[in-house]
Amino acid sequence: MKARLRRVGLPYLLLLPALALELLIHLVPMLVGIAMSFKQLTQFFIRNWSGAPWAGLGNYRTAVDFHAAVGQALLNSFLVTCSFTLLVVGLSWLLGTAAAILMQDAFRGRGVLRTLFLVPYALPVYAAVITWSFMFQHDTGLVNHMLHDQLHLTSGKPFWLIGGNSFYALVTVAVWRSWPFAFLCLTAGLQNIPRDLYEAAALDGAGVWQQIRRITLPSLRPVNQVLVLVLFLWTFNDFNTPYVLFGRSAPEAADLISIHIYQASFVTWNFGSGSAMSVLLLLFLLVVTAAYLFVTSRRRGAHA
Amino acid sequence: MQTSRVIAASVMAAVLTAGAAACGGGTSTNKTTPKTLTYWASNQGANIEVDKATLTPELTKFEQQTGIKVKLEVVPWSDLLNRILAAATSGQGPDVLNIGNTWSASLQATGALLPFDAATFAKIGGKDRFVSAALASAGAAGKDPAAVPLYSLAYALYYNKAQFQAAGITAPPATWDELVADGKKLTTGGHFGLAMEGASISENIHQAFVFAKQHGADFFDAAGKPQFDSPQAVAAIQQYVDFMAKDKIAAPGDAEYSANQSVTDFATGKASMLLWQAAASNLKAHGMAADAYGVAPIPFQTASASGPTAVNSMVAGINLAVFKNTGNLDGALKFVKFMTSTGEQKILNIAYSSLPSVTDAQSDPAFSTPDLKTLSQVLATSAAPLPQVANESQFETLVGTAMKGLLADAAAGRPVTTATVKAALTKAQQQMPTS
Repeated sequence: MKARLRRVGLPYLLLLPALALELLIHLVPMLVGIAMSFKQLTQFFIRNWSGAPWAGLGNYRTAVDFHAAVGQALLNSFLVTCSFTLLVVGLSWLLGTAAAILMQDAFRGRGVLRTLFLVPYALPVYAAVITWSFMFQHDTGLVNHMLHDQLHLTSGKPFWLIGGNSFYALVTVAVWRSWPFAFLCLTAGLQNIPRDLYEAAALDGAGVWQQIRRITLPSLRPVNQVLVLVLFLWTFNDFNTPYVLFGRSAPEAADLISIHIYQASFVTWNFGSGSAMSVLLLLFLLVVTAAYLFVTSRRRGAHA
Repeated sequence: MQTSRVIAASVMAAVLTAGAAACGGGTSTNKTTPKTLTYWASNQGANIEVDKATLTPELTKFEQQTGIKVKLEVVPWSDLLNRILAAATSGQGPDVLNIGNTWSASLQATGALLPFDAATFAKIGGKDRFVSAALASAGAAGKDPAAVPLYSLAYALYYNKAQFQAAGITAPPATWDELVADGKKLTTGGHFGLAMEGASISENIHQAFVFAKQHGADFFDAAGKPQFDSPQAVAAIQQYVDFMAKDKIAAPGDAEYSANQSVTDFATGKASMLLWQAAASNLKAHGMAADAYGVAPIPFQTASASGPTAVNSMVAGINLAVFKNTGNLDGALKFVKFMTSTGEQKILNIAYSSLPSVTDAQSDPAFSTPDLKTLSQVLATSAAPLPQVANESQFETLVGTAMKGLLADAAAGRPVTTATVKAALTKAQQQMPTS
């Protein structure tokens, strides 16, 4: 009996340190964050925040009151983030898939190209994005020099870091930063597809497009399932790119939700309100993730 | 099986997003013995290394006098407020620190800073030593100051002498009408009359404050309630934005400046005028000779402005505060006394081309250069402190951001009207916390 208990208990005992750290590093701050969202935590209380008065659902009510300024701004930021995420995930996936398939067959210089493709992913975020912000400058930036001075595509020099175009500048930088990750994952996924499948298909007379549609893409399904989810979560929560590109107050057209929450809590010193928005974001991402996994796993079940 | 996988993945997603919910925390730096102090200095020189080189000999001097070793950390402006907030939240921070004087009332409300009551002032040599305008920017009226002034600054109009002469302008403008007229004369081809720092939240707010004062508007009423969109405030902001939108004396590209590019443009002759605080050392760093530019007071609405609208600068400056949780209060106050002593005030303010905050040091001939004389004149007669209310830092962010948006509209050629300015300010006001 005792021996059995020991045998059963050992794995759990070995897991215990990891579990304790997981609790300490992830769950406790999360719970603290959730607790903060129910408090009226302004600068008057940050020194002794347990003494801050309870706000009940007040912070949430302000956040989702879409007729008032705060709620309206949050809604706008949420919609901007949604379209940003759709575009970035879509384009990154498309670029990553295309590049991975093109690099599938061996040719001279493949290694060099692969390495080159991974550079944006390997560069430190700050260095890379600050370089982009120089390139997007109105008067002296490389982008305007190319578009206006060299190619004469635009009638005047457009602004990229302020106003409406800032959205496209942000999408460009984000895609540039995240597509190599898609490329990397898909390249790894492609290694697992047996070559005989292609040979058999070629013998049966399937063209390149048919091979991609019938063999490559279905074989990559499990990779894609995870890849799209991870890209979605990273992109939706991206803080570094907009922060380095635009500073602490992003233009309205590029006001991503993480920057917005940062502003609501740190810059206006209302940590309760910021936490409430974070919790709402957390709930939204949980729902999306759960729905996504539910739908994709069921469809796979049906296929099998 | 499938459900449990969905749950597991959802938990993972939750963990991935938890970063947004959990913020704060700071480094523990105030584990001091009575023989050491930690000092967070703001970045006053051209860069952090310059500050270290300036301050270290003085800190050594302090150690020789008192036996207390000061650990110096120069914190960049972009991090300073967040670092102070984290220190206030965690109770772990420096012993003595620099704060931007406009934050005084906001930080005072946190209770993290030591109030300078009569007894505390007695320990650092008395309240009367300080310039009263500077001391008024160290906390809310009627409360013991949360800090003491360390370096004082004021805004002035910097103008390029050679370009003025070439355009046939004999004297710097004294009213805004004159400035616009001169600006139009100076704006030719790729060259502009005025350089603006349009995407900088703090520059925008400092300009907004002066224009609002001159229009008779206050952004907070006597009870501390925000009133951002009064007709006078709208007119004030519109006047400033119109330099780019209507008068077109500033380059549209200025709307995205937030890293002191306007100073560079002025120093390199791309623009002829600049509204800035104590720009001398900055201009020197960009290679502009001191006799190439003139310094005049910021213009008024009318030539002989008087009364409450005769304001042409904020009381700008850096304050020195003591962290309430310090383990070495006695040493911290000794250090404050040292830094505000007449001798140190002369050395440090000469190095930073700012003005001393104690009256005894101001008489030194080093502070009677033409530009510093103008600045001290402005500070003594026509400067006013930014609203010293607890919500000041929120006001800075919201109104400063609104102005950044308006200038972006102006730059892109979209119309900036009384209605759009009012809408932007109303929106900013609605986002202010209600408490």
